[in-house]
Amino acid sequence: MAGIPYGQVALFDTAADIYHAAEKVRDAGYKRWDVYSPFPIHGMDEAMGLKRSKVTFFCLTGGVSGFLLGMLMVWFMNDFDYPLIVGAKPFFSPIYSFPIIYEMTILLAAFGAFFGMFLTNFLPQHYHPAMNYSNFNQVTDDKFIIIIESSDNLYDEIKTKSLLEEIGGKEITALEE
Amino acid sequence: MSNIEEINPTKPAILEQAKPSELPRRPLVENERSFHWITEKICGIVENKTPLWWWICFCVTGFIASFTGIGLAYLLITGVGVWGLRGPVMWGWAIVNFVFWIGIGHAGTLISAILCLLKQEWRTSINRAAEAMTIFAVMCAGIFPLFHVGRIWFAWWLFPLPNANGIWPNFRSPLEWDVFAVSTYATVSVLFWYMGMIPDLATLRDRATQKWRQIFYGLLAVGWRGSNRHWSNYEMAYLLLAGLSTPLVLSVHTIVSFDFAVAHLPGWHTTILPPYFVAGAIFSGFGMVLTLVLPLRAIYKLHDLITQYHIDCICKITLATGSMVGYAYMIEFFIAWYGANPYEGFAFINRAFGPYAWAYWIMISCNVISPQLFWFKKVRENPAFVFIVAIFVNIGMWFERFVIVVTSLANEFMPANWDYFTPTIVDIFTFIGTFGFFSLLFLLFLRFLPLMAFAEIKAVTPQANPHNNHH
Repeated sequence: MAGIPYGQVALFDTAADIYHAAEKVRDAGYKRWDVYSPFPIHGMDEAMGLKRSKVTFFCLTGGVSGFLLGMLMVWFMNDFDYPLIVGAKPFFSPIYSFPIIYEMTILLAAFGAFFGMFLTNFLPQHYHPAMNYSNFNQVTDDKFIIIIESSDNLYDEIKTKSLLEEIGGKEITALEE
Repeated sequence: MSNIEEINPTKPAILEQAKPSELPRRPLVENERSFHWITEKICGIVENKTPLWWWICFCVTGFIASFTGIGLAYLLITGVGVWGLRGPVMWGWAIVNFVFWIGIGHAGTLISAILCLLKQEWRTSINRAAEAMTIFAVMCAGIFPLFHVGRIWFAWWLFPLPNANGIWPNFRSPLEWDVFAVSTYATVSVLFWYMGMIPDLATLRDRATQKWRQIFYGLLAVGWRGSNRHWSNYEMAYLLLAGLSTPLVLSVHTIVSFDFAVAHLPGWHTTILPPYFVAGAIFSGFGMVLTLVLPLRAIYKLHDLITQYHIDCICKITLATGSMVGYAYMIEFFIAWYGANPYEGFAFINRAFGPYAWAYWIMISCNVISPQLFWFKKVRENPAFVFIVAIFVNIGMWFERFVIVVTSLANEFMPANWDYFTPTIVDIFTFIGTFGFFSLLFLLFLRFLPLMAFAEIKAVTPQANPHNNHH
């Protein structure tokens, strides 16, 4: 398949190697690139210059919705629609309904965190050009790779390749789309 | 020890800095195993041919699980009378079994969530299996409230869904709180367990040679490729789910304890019940974790991943929570005397010396005495001893719930109503069957899913640390 490759791939053997390499790619100014590892490397987010994850927003939204929904539900069902007489106690009280509201908050916050992870990661995504790399199945085992995409403004086939070699990358190959 | 560069030549007796000596930490993965070794070890269990022992256990547990199926079918067809419930003991084995199984589940969530927040890295070898234990335990627990209603086709009335009678659930009832708590707990546990598995399922997908495995693990792994941008969001979601599961561990069993604590029965209506139940749940759950982890370690030769350090930590938590439970027993007794409520005082004397004294003393010896053996290193280092103590813990904690439920009901306010509760054969076999069901699910888990969170284990090895200069 002729044409522009998706990007350049470089292989690394240890977490320390790829950590330092990532810092150099970040400092070189690349924006459309990524590090692939079999486990999350401590400090890699800063090494790549990534901002804080947005999953917290989804989690908070879920939690607040759960809280309000729980309260609304209990009020509507035990006070408004069919006031339930229990020993002449108030029809609605935030105290007796607290366990319900608490569980609803946690439930919807958990959905927020879970689906927020999928949304922010654009998953499921069963195909990605990174999977075309011949050693891709080692990435989920014990090797680390950096991919710099050709759509990055600073991408240049020769310069990017030499940067990857400088920072210690091995087996630098062009990745097909 | 200071080195030569630190000693000031003019004032050799005074150091620039006084640093404490570095104590070596016990390794979490012994024998300095590589990442690839860890992958091969765990994926090998899933990928290799099913061993004969697995088939034998599968058949045996399937047979035992059928007892539950038959017991429940007989219950539905004939009626709730086939259980031993009759006045005054209107809550019998069903609720005891429910609380027993839910309690077991809590240890899994503690290991997954609370130990994660406390940055206890040793949790990584056992958290996947422990979470699986939680989910299967909650499934076993849920059987009892579902079927004890008698007309299970109306069980959906427990949920706030519109029905033909135009009536909604009573949100004041702890039994309704249980519905929400246990449903939330089951759902959040499944989400947390599955999300934690995604990277490991991706590894299985990438190693799969057979088509069905590629499709099965491929679908479940949702295209995970190990991208750090993904790891960033994943780690945040993981931490959030851990933070949400922590209050669940504390609240779900608290709400279960409210089933008893809000009733005005002597022996039930005490404020110690929520923390006492939570500690008891964690205690019983760790007993079950040991019961599962020790054989797994022996069969699959996982000694490098589940090390003596891990077993030590689990034993210590079991000891701590067992001591809390023992303390709770003493305080209950003390308050029953100090509160000068004659019914409360009677309830406790009755537990120890009444018709169920046999159950009470089994409970005390299993729960108070046996975990204290874990003070001794010789006991903790002997897997056979640890396993025996774990079995006693399981037995003792079932008896604790039995003693709490049945003694307060059987010997209630009016002596004319007193009676001796006997379980029927249906009660007994339905309960035994749940152990078969639990084990069956666990065997399926072992066969098809990665039994350890090996991506997490790799992340806590020293060679995963980019600032480590030793590799």
